[in-house]
Amino acid sequence: MAQIFHRSTNFIARFSVFSALFLVGIALVAVLAVARSPYMTRQNITREQPVQFSHKHHVGDDGIDCRYCHTGVETSAVAGIPPTKTCMNCHSVLFNNASYLEPIRESYRSDKSIQWVKIHRLADFVYFNHSIHINKGVGCSTCHGQINQMPLVFQANTLLMQWCLDCHRNPEQVLRPRDQVFNMDWKAPGNQAEIGAELRKSYNLRTTAELTSCSTCHR
Amino acid sequence: MSDWNPPVDSPEIRRLTPVIGPGHTFGSVTDKISSIVLTRPTSLGWYIGFLIAFSLMGMMTIAIGWLIIKGVGIWGINIPIGWGFAIVNFVWWIGIGHAGTLISAILFLLNQKWRTSINRFAEAMTLFAVACAGIFPLIHTGRPWMAFYMFPYPSTMGLWPQFRSPLIWDVFAVSTYGTVSLVFWFVGLIPDLATLRDRAVKKPLKIIYGMLSMGWRGSARHWHRYQSAYLLLAGLATPLVLSVHTVVSFDFAIAIVPGWHTTIFPPYFVAGAIYSGFAMVLTIAIPLRKAYGLEDFITMRHLDNMAKVMLATGLIVAYGYFFEFFLSLYSGNKFDVFLVQQRLHGPYAPFYYALILCNILTPQLLWSYKLRHNVAVLFIMSIVVNVGMWLERFVIVVISLTRDFVPSAWGRYSPTVWDWATFIGTIGMFVTLLFLFVRVLPAISIAEMRELVADTSEEKK
Repeated sequence: MAQIFHRSTNFIARFSVFSALFLVGIALVAVLAVARSPYMTRQNITREQPVQFSHKHHVGDDGIDCRYCHTGVETSAVAGIPPTKTCMNCHSVLFNNASYLEPIRESYRSDKSIQWVKIHRLADFVYFNHSIHINKGVGCSTCHGQINQMPLVFQANTLLMQWCLDCHRNPEQVLRPRDQVFNMDWKAPGNQAEIGAELRKSYNLRTTAELTSCSTCHR
Repeated sequence: MSDWNPPVDSPEIRRLTPVIGPGHTFGSVTDKISSIVLTRPTSLGWYIGFLIAFSLMGMMTIAIGWLIIKGVGIWGINIPIGWGFAIVNFVWWIGIGHAGTLISAILFLLNQKWRTSINRFAEAMTLFAVACAGIFPLIHTGRPWMAFYMFPYPSTMGLWPQFRSPLIWDVFAVSTYGTVSLVFWFVGLIPDLATLRDRAVKKPLKIIYGMLSMGWRGSARHWHRYQSAYLLLAGLATPLVLSVHTVVSFDFAIAIVPGWHTTIFPPYFVAGAIYSGFAMVLTIAIPLRKAYGLEDFITMRHLDNMAKVMLATGLIVAYGYFFEFFLSLYSGNKFDVFLVQQRLHGPYAPFYYALILCNILTPQLLWSYKLRHNVAVLFIMSIVVNVGMWLERFVIVVISLTRDFVPSAWGRYSPTVWDWATFIGTIGMFVTLLFLFVRVLPAISIAEMRELVADTSEEKK
């Protein structure tokens, strides 16, 4: 009786068992890597805006404070997108003929908001409040990166839950004195561990267990 | 010897009742079992049975599809009864699986020869029952596509699953059980698959069975390794017989609901699992030996032994019921006492009495030698026990949840048509898989039967 399988099938069998395991392993790693990649998180990806507003120019070069436009940041959940009127405070006289700014003037005339593209989008099931972070000494640049160097804003961090928890589990590493919160160039000093611990006490931060409880963010 | 009927159930007679019919040789055993798969034409009965079972499975697919579209609201569950049919059926199915592992692993380690001809299809039954069981917790989560959350993998959430939750324990217990059962079953199949490969006439069959038999040549070295592997797997599977249903019982026992929060649950669940499992093995074995003329291999000795295991585990279960009852009263806890009253006089009392009838009273008939040797009675009895064990889970889940602590939070539970469609559909799936199994794989282990022939013929010399 002739053999059903040629000798080479031994190798093929072993090779396919090995490669099946190998491929499954690779596939799992790939899925986990893609979930963390900018493709999924949109980290470091700039997006076109209706008007190419430069934070680098307005914040970095001109030195305008964050709160001039984002007025709600200290008192409410959302920082707020400024109305066109805020733009026109200056641009009614500065560059008031630039064709570049025509969408702003058009919006002002027609009283229709400019549809800015939202960069930092949290999932709908996350409860996030700007004011508590600002008031407890978490600076803007901790989450948003150095906006004063961004011609077009991009997401400096992943906004993954893991990233939120990194801080909620160990907030001392980022806490600043209140007068440094809006400082875009703030760098953690060498003795941040000590300062952070003291600030944590003086700000009356909740315990890590409370900060990482499910219902702190998922209400 | 074949036309001599033993008059009494004496130890001598029992020893004489063979685990394999007389006059069998290596060749006849192999011919008989492999012919079911290879040469025997597929009967009309097989097609009809398969068609019915497959239609029921289709119904299950529709029911689950509709569930995924609409959500668990199509079921009869609502607060306070969040569990309902899904958990009742899950526990029932997973319990049924246990007999297969007990037969294949524990009886193997205890060197019980009578396990040989029933272990293969009992293990298949285990696998199919675990498959049916696995469906229920998955669809009961409401969002089955998020089920991977329950596995501990490095997620982007920076969180691990809640290891203090019995849901996670279930995931580990059931997936381990499923995996070990599958590997054990497959390893046991390898020599038989090689037999089928060698006996197959058609080329595609040779190739398929050849690939599945993984190059088995039957050399001494192969057998040596095979037997070590089989023994090791039996050792691995043995603790699972006890651990899986223990973990399932923790789903209930760690809750504070009256009737659930009791330490007797793990042992009594395990006994109940083996009880229902043996009932299901009988339910399958009796038609199987009839349909394929396997009376020589699955002899009255097997049926008799299984009936005795049923009787013994049934008595343990009865003991469990009694102590559940007694401890509730003895504890003096008013909610526990109230639960006993609810079981005896509440809206679901008929189910409780039916349970006592099916699980405690009817099986007492098995004390009789005559009834144990009446195939029709055994078959009916096995169905009764299956129903009884299903009722047990229904009583545990529904009576405790409908009336727990505060009367204002009480409720009622009744299953909807979708509950029934899913449940009956899983029975269809189970039977479909069994039909396919019997048709394409040897339902009785050929290699082990040959060993049995060798052993019994040595005794004669």
